[in-house]
Amino acid sequence: MAAAIYSLYIINKSGGLIYYKDYGSAGRMDTNDSLRVASLWHSMHAISQQLSPVSGCLGIELLQADTFDLHCYQSLTGTKFFVVCEPGTQHMESLLKYIYELYTDYVLKNPFYEMEMPIRCELFDINLTQAVQKDRVAFLGR
Amino acid sequence: MQFFGGSEISPSPPVPTASGNNGHMIYMFNRNGVCLLYREWNPPLRTLNAQQDHKLMFGLLFSLKSLTVKMDPTSAEKGNLGVPQLPGQGCSFHSFRTNTYKLSFMESPSGIKIILVTHPRTGDLWDSLKYIYNLYVEYVVKNPLYTPGSPIRCQLFNTTLDQYMRGIA
Repeated sequence: MAAAIYSLYIINKSGGLIYYKDYGSAGRMDTNDSLRVASLWHSMHAISQQLSPVSGCLGIELLQADTFDLHCYQSLTGTKFFVVCEPGTQHMESLLKYIYELYTDYVLKNPFYEMEMPIRCELFDINLTQAVQKDRVAFLGR
Repeated sequence: MQFFGGSEISPSPPVPTASGNNGHMIYMFNRNGVCLLYREWNPPLRTLNAQQDHKLMFGLLFSLKSLTVKMDPTSAEKGNLGVPQLPGQGCSFHSFRTNTYKLSFMESPSGIKIILVTHPRTGDLWDSLKYIYNLYVEYVVKNPLYTPGSPIRCQLFNTTLDQYMRGIA
C-alpha cells in the first residue's frame, strides 16, 4: 500500500534546505536536486505573496497537482515545513504543526545545533519517524 | 487528464461551487508568454504596475510547472530542473491556495494558459476553466479579425465572460 506521505522538507528562513526525508516516492532526489527544489520553493512562496490581490498574504499553504499535493507550513520566524503527499490526504496541517513542535523540542533546544544549519539530531529523526508512521497506520486502518 | 470532453459550449455553464463574492481576476497567456487577457471584477490591491505583474505571474507559473515535474513522486525519470516542458508533458499543478487567495490554472494542449484568482475557499474550478477555454475558442479563435498571439480585444468575449463570472460569483 502506498504511503500517504512521500517526502518531507524543512527549509530555513533564507531558503536553504536543512532537512529532507523521503518516505518511498519513486522520484527520490539526490542532494543537489533536493537543494535546488527547496530554493525554488522558497522563491515561489515569496512571489506568491507579491501576487496577492489583497494585502496580508502569507504565502502558499497548499499546492495541488495531478499526482501529488504539497502542504506548506511557515512558522512566524520564516522556517518552512512542507510535505509532498498523495492527492486528497487529510490532516497534513496538524501533522506539520506537530513536526514544528518536534523541531522546537529536539532541534532548537539542542545546545549543539547551529541555527540555519542542516539538522543532525538523532532524537528528532526518531520522533519524526514515529509521528509519520503513526499517521501512515491511521490511514491504512481507515 | 481528460481535456477534449466536448468542443462546443455546453448550453448550461457549470454550477457554481461556492457562493459569495468570488471572482477576483483572470489572466490568459499564450505559449510565448504574451498576456492575451487580464480582467478583474473586485477591485484588488495592485502594488506593481501591470507589465511587471504579468511577467511575474508568467514566471511564477513557469517555475511552478518545472517544480512539480521535478517533485513528481510517481515518476522516476525526470529531466533537469528548469528544462522547458511541452504542454501536457509531466505532472502539472492545477491550483494553489494561500490564506488570501486561490489560484486555479489550466493549460491547453496548444499552450494557452488560463489563470483564475479567486477567494481562498473556492472549490475546484476545473470545469469553469474548461468552460472559459471554450468561450475563448468560440468568440476569439473563430473571430476572423483576431490575430493569434495578440491581446484579446473581442467585445463579445469580454461580455460573455463577465456575465459568466458574475454568475459564479
